[in-house]
Amino acid sequence: MELCGVELGGPVLNASGTFDAIAARRAFGDALLERFPFDAFVSKTVTLGPRQGNPPPRLWETPAGMINSIGLPNKGMEGFLVNDLPELARLGVPLVVSVMGFDHDELAALVEGVGAREEVAMLELNVSCPNVESGVLVGADPAETAAAVGAVRGRTTKPLVVKLSPSSVDPAAVAVAAQEAGADALSLINTLKGMALHPQTRRPWLGGETGGASGPAVRAVALEQVTAVAERTTIPIVGMGGIASGRDAADFLAAGADVVAVGTESFRDPGAGRRIAAELAALGATGRVRTPEAVR
Amino acid sequence: MSVPMAEPHRTLAPPERRVAEVRGARRLGAYDLITARDPVGPPDPRPGQFYMLAAGDGWGGGTGERPFLPRAFSHAAARPHPGGGAELDFLLEDVGPGTHRLGEMGAGEALMLLGPLGAGFRPPVQGTRPLLVGGGVGVAPLLCLHRELGADDQVLLGFRSGAHAAAAELFGDGARVVTEDGSAGSMGLVTEPLAAELDGDPAATVFSCGPPAMLEAVRALCAQRGVECQLALESGMACGFGACFGCVVETVAGYERVCVDGPVFAGSQLARVV
Repeated sequence: MELCGVELGGPVLNASGTFDAIAARRAFGDALLERFPFDAFVSKTVTLGPRQGNPPPRLWETPAGMINSIGLPNKGMEGFLVNDLPELARLGVPLVVSVMGFDHDELAALVEGVGAREEVAMLELNVSCPNVESGVLVGADPAETAAAVGAVRGRTTKPLVVKLSPSSVDPAAVAVAAQEAGADALSLINTLKGMALHPQTRRPWLGGETGGASGPAVRAVALEQVTAVAERTTIPIVGMGGIASGRDAADFLAAGADVVAVGTESFRDPGAGRRIAAELAALGATGRVRTPEAVR
Repeated sequence: MSVPMAEPHRTLAPPERRVAEVRGARRLGAYDLITARDPVGPPDPRPGQFYMLAAGDGWGGGTGERPFLPRAFSHAAARPHPGGGAELDFLLEDVGPGTHRLGEMGAGEALMLLGPLGAGFRPPVQGTRPLLVGGGVGVAPLLCLHRELGADDQVLLGFRSGAHAAAAELFGDGARVVTEDGSAGSMGLVTEPLAAELDGDPAATVFSCGPPAMLEAVRALCAQRGVECQLALESGMACGFGACFGCVVETVAGYERVCVDGPVFAGSQLARVV
């Protein structure tokens, strides 16, 4: 199968920020490469400059899920391109690099710098950040999202996947805006904004005060948003949000996703991607490619 | 990917969660000690490494909202199994829904397991004696280290009370026990005999695991005396293998992940533990 012209061995990816293949290689050795759990690898989000991330605590367990407040720690674009990309290129699956810029110039520099590397098959734009001038969450607003995609579309010939935020009044409207601005594919959902209080002090538990909720707890929200986005767009969809089994993955494909991504479930089991792919195959479900005629 | 530098204190884990079987469970004072047969994991996890554990049944769902994520535990002992894999002992204290569920598991139940993970203890500095300092349920990784070092080490263990000090029996006669309430061993904090030992003879390497306040006191004591110490840290974790970036600790080089960069850190890497 293929996604935006990139050949994939199957329909299961990882969600950005939920698998560090370099750290996993330290823990699991060559067996990780022999039994790599995903059909394409999506990097943690890369920003232009290095980031330490948020102060701990960074995690909170919820019913059927968790909240994270990690804060995008990463080496910055140069550190990523020099240190990490050559390692990731040896995984043997196509690479999708997630990038986030805090303004259009940063985003353009990232798309140009990362997109120029031959190891990179696709780029994912993480638009879950505020416009530093207006304060509006870019991914929550159709016009902001279109402007961000439009600002970088000409900087690379590689496929651009736009990672949609669930924190929008109308995610499908944002999706349509992204498609019209030149996105090649859409991925959704990102985490839902959430918080937890310290059981004794009733102050925010997380060092970043708020965080992103994920896991099976958000699956129903994700399935609805994938359905709504699929009804109004024609470009491929990477569906995710609490997928923990082949049956869950089959639901997302039926809702209109072309491929799926596994996130939080990989925390519980690093082999979850392979297990879910096998369960999906046993159900006879595969990624489906929508044609424009198939869209209502 | 390129082959990473050999890391002798990190035994590699199979890259997926597997089902182990609980072979036995017994109450040990305030703790539970469970033994599990790991069918395919390595027979030689390093002291200080850890496993992510979850019950096969009754983990999420049902009436309880939690647990959802697995919980991290260093093994207290590991024995190669003649049929392959290993038999692993874990010391548990009931402090929340996850540890409660694990502690009530009995023989025959399925234990979901991933590991061994992280980097364990390194050898003592040449020419120094190993000094093991444990607190509470944190004595677990020191037990297998103690057995590996043989009779060359000294063991100092601190507990809240005599009920908790029951875990000291795992160390045989060789351990000195201190309790906060004096109900077993001598009364006080474990850092008191540690300070006396180091003042008597500073040619030691300290290996420690326990609650954060104790580890910080151990770190400071050793730093003041120029003694190398290796501290096994604990942290809430979602994954245990570097994926979630949730378990960071502040080091002199910035935030590092307890699960892949530790859990054993040199005291000199940490500005302070808490």
